[in-house]
Amino acid sequence: MERRTIFSGWLLPVVLVLPQLALTVVFFLWPAGQAIWSSMTRTDAFGIRTMFVGLENFSDLFTDPLYLDTIERSVFFCAAVAALSMGVALVLASAADREIRFRGLYRVLLVWPYAIAPAVAAVLWILLLHPQIGLIGRWLNSIGIPWDYKLNDTQAMLVVILASAWKQVSYNFIFFLAGLQSIPRAIIEAARMDGARGFFRFRTVVLPLLMPTVFFLLVVNLVYAAFDTFATIIALTDGGPGKATETLVVKVYRDGVVNLDIGSSSAQSVVLMAGVIVLTALQFRFLGRRSGGG
Amino acid sequence: MNGRTDWFAHLVLCLGALLFLLPIWLVISGSTLDPAAIARGELSLVPRLSGLGVYASVLTQGSPGAGPVWRMLMVSAGMALAIAFGKIIISVLSAYAVAFFRFPFRMTAFWIIFITLMLPVEVRIIPTYTVMSNLGLINTFPGLTVPLIASATATLLFRQTFLAVPDELFEAARMDGAGPWRFLRDILLPVSAANIAALFVILFVYGWNQYLWPLLVATDPKLDTIVIGIVKMIGTETQTEWNRVMATAVLALLPPVMVVMLMQHWFVKGLTEGDK
Amino acid sequence: MKRRTMLAGAAALAVAPIVVPGARAQAGKTKIVFWHAMSGANGDEINRIARDFNAAQSAVELEAVFKGSYPETQVAAIAASRAGQAPHIVQVFEVGTGTMLAAGPAVKQVWQLVQDTDAKIDPKSYLPAVRGYYSLADGRMASMPLNSSTPVMWYNKDAFVTAGLDPEKPPQTWEEFVPAVQALKAKWASKSQDLVASTSAWLTWIQFETYSAIHNLPFATKADGFEGLDAELKVNGPAQVKHLQRLLDMSKEGTFKYTGRDGTPDPVFYTGQAAIGFGSSSGRADIVRNAKFNWAAAVLPYDPEIIKSPNNSIIGGASLWAMTAPKRTPAEYKGVASFLEFIGRPDMDALYHQDTGYVPVTLAGYELSRKQGYYDKNPGADIAIKSLTRGTVTVNSKGLRLGRLPEIRNIMYEEIEKALQGQQGAKQALDNSVARGNVVLRAFEKTAKG
Repeated sequence: MERRTIFSGWLLPVVLVLPQLALTVVFFLWPAGQAIWSSMTRTDAFGIRTMFVGLENFSDLFTDPLYLDTIERSVFFCAAVAALSMGVALVLASAADREIRFRGLYRVLLVWPYAIAPAVAAVLWILLLHPQIGLIGRWLNSIGIPWDYKLNDTQAMLVVILASAWKQVSYNFIFFLAGLQSIPRAIIEAARMDGARGFFRFRTVVLPLLMPTVFFLLVVNLVYAAFDTFATIIALTDGGPGKATETLVVKVYRDGVVNLDIGSSSAQSVVLMAGVIVLTALQFRFLGRRSGGG
Repeated sequence: MNGRTDWFAHLVLCLGALLFLLPIWLVISGSTLDPAAIARGELSLVPRLSGLGVYASVLTQGSPGAGPVWRMLMVSAGMALAIAFGKIIISVLSAYAVAFFRFPFRMTAFWIIFITLMLPVEVRIIPTYTVMSNLGLINTFPGLTVPLIASATATLLFRQTFLAVPDELFEAARMDGAGPWRFLRDILLPVSAANIAALFVILFVYGWNQYLWPLLVATDPKLDTIVIGIVKMIGTETQTEWNRVMATAVLALLPPVMVVMLMQHWFVKGLTEGDK
Repeated sequence: MKRRTMLAGAAALAVAPIVVPGARAQAGKTKIVFWHAMSGANGDEINRIARDFNAAQSAVELEAVFKGSYPETQVAAIAASRAGQAPHIVQVFEVGTGTMLAAGPAVKQVWQLVQDTDAKIDPKSYLPAVRGYYSLADGRMASMPLNSSTPVMWYNKDAFVTAGLDPEKPPQTWEEFVPAVQALKAKWASKSQDLVASTSAWLTWIQFETYSAIHNLPFATKADGFEGLDAELKVNGPAQVKHLQRLLDMSKEGTFKYTGRDGTPDPVFYTGQAAIGFGSSSGRADIVRNAKFNWAAAVLPYDPEIIKSPNNSIIGGASLWAMTAPKRTPAEYKGVASFLEFIGRPDMDALYHQDTGYVPVTLAGYELSRKQGYYDKNPGADIAIKSLTRGTVTVNSKGLRLGRLPEIRNIMYEEIEKALQGQQGAKQALDNSVARGNVVLRAFEKTAKG
């Protein structure tokens, strides 16, 4: 993942990177540092009595079997959401990339749902899936399929995965389409001339060229699934039934914003940050090797 | 020869479009219904034409709990545009620096940018608020937008795109005597047009849909964005005018959808340039 | 360059409306900021109160600001307080009371405010069940009650008729309740897949917190937490286990259906899908507007073998807290006090009660509403008050004073949902709740003691 060719000089690049770096330091690094500090304290919500407790918050977390379950559940949830939303988006983007009629219309139809605000999306899913008042929920029950995600672990998980993935399909679609369109037609035509067909052509010619997009989207989707889905989950299942749909960030939100357990929720944030660092480092490694030093 | 596969592509796309249209159509038709019917879950896929007046009413008069929609649309537009442009400019510059230059602590800078942006506002409310307050940015427009402008994802995307630019292109530009600025303006930006367009859509929507951050830093009702407006309309422990909420949600959708349509042009432009 | 002008234009567009307000109020007036969590029509009602207050006097100008849901409003106020920019008044949900009481110098409790400003706020003018929740163990008021409600039992009279039950005689005890829902299931709910004989919103608040209160059973030791941070949960007592077992049995035989946490089950009653729906008294407006059947409200049933005459039910809702900030002046605190006085006036209390469906928090407000004929015109609207004034207020029915109560409720939901799915028994569910809840209480105790 390194370029061989570069411009010389270091002043210009430093100036270029400075605005972003400054914003990052002020609005993210500084607060993140405070989060790390709070993770090692026991403090009340108002910060009146603060006591340094070292790693106690962390040891409390990792000796709690319920927290370990939540980690496992979150990994499954993130993988499922990323796979589902990227898979569906790739299929749709490949179809929309073809030179067919109404292509522009299809694209608009597939992209604009991205604009729907999360606040509205959550209400929408309740109106659709709620076992008693939801359109689809009632229909399922009326045809004899017992649908009750309020009291069924598996269905609850399914509901939050579907709702979370749905929200992200348009996003992935936009990037897959942009990625597909940046592949020169000539290459695909050449492959077609060589007799490469359908899925084989896609796998051997298109997919490798699409890898930068796939990589980018994988990171974004995992981060999305891990961090940006809690509003949906809280609105739909509130983490229940039991703990069936409680993910790490649902727990951070609940402990931090609702219970105001600042020490523990900061420790959980730090665990999450560490997770993201490990994950992305691994991916950089892996993809760096795969694409032969790009 | 492509007849059968095209037919299949149409089928896939129609199904996909349906998957998205159905829920949103539900909102559109819901906005014309009787609010009590919606609360009872008696949604219908057939809009009631006589209920269309609700649109004019929410635009100019507002709804219980929130002001007129047109003003909230303006605030949202200002915020979304500032965030989208700010993010793209800053990310292009920093990604350009990371991808095409060598400078001390280059990768450190990249990692700092990348890692620390992963925690959403919801999770670090208290420290972030303290920082904003120390800087005197509470209840100001910069306070509303600036913290949302730094973006790891946009930087990462541009870095990926820039890395994919063939070395030959770079060499050719250097032969022509192009300096860093000209190279950026004449080569890199056009090559990334499709990505910029896509990002603009994403970032505009991102800015448009912000909720918790504006809620925290702004206390002036005149700074209400459309999303805050929608949340304000959904009543706590009181009846909610669901048709008004839905009409507002539909109106809130229009500007981002217009942005999408506009950007279609750039998507296509990216395509034709790829052909050359 | 075009981009820059567009950007500047966009910024100017959005900045323009901000610069003017938010600054100082009109000359000479003390400005008071009030953060609340009321949206929709109830949000407008808060704005109405602010307008009325500003019109009624000339010394203070109150600005009411919506800050999101209850948890969002509370965390915003805490973040602001830590940054030295707390609002003057913040609305906090009842389960956040423990947290606010542990805030020490960050808040000014009502009794302190009265001391400092000579405000005329008499605790005795408030309904005991309301006042108790927001007072210290010795009776001094900590925060000012605003929107309050209490659990009631809504029932569908038409369904009662179909099932051969007397619609004017809802079950008063659980002994009567069980056969009633069996009849409702057999003769009414059997008509469609959609229908259930009974359901309950706010399962933890109604079936455990309030159930314990009306039966004079402790939910936690130390007078439900009022007398010390070292309280321990007692909700796994034999009576509560028996009650959960009853709910599990009814769920199994299909006469009771769990339909979600907190207020999410409310629509199940007013859409006509449940013949009996336990819910908050504040749900009345929704029922009035949406229910297409005859309905009525009743006080919660009780178990006569545990208590002969049940206690008052406990409240839910929110109260107002006065907050401190580094440069806050005596004039500002005086302004806060005058606002709290204002909303406690009988006419204001009665108006708010009648506009919103929350219960009147003062005895005089209730009397005034009765004199105005409100309960004659709105039959059943006084069930909540009857429920709150039933029996005498004991240590077990004052309310709960537990830190991190939202988390304890959450734990109970989790354990009970597991029991409802058949993954564990009633005793196990409540034992687990107590064990896990006590861990939360100990953690809170440590932070509150420092």
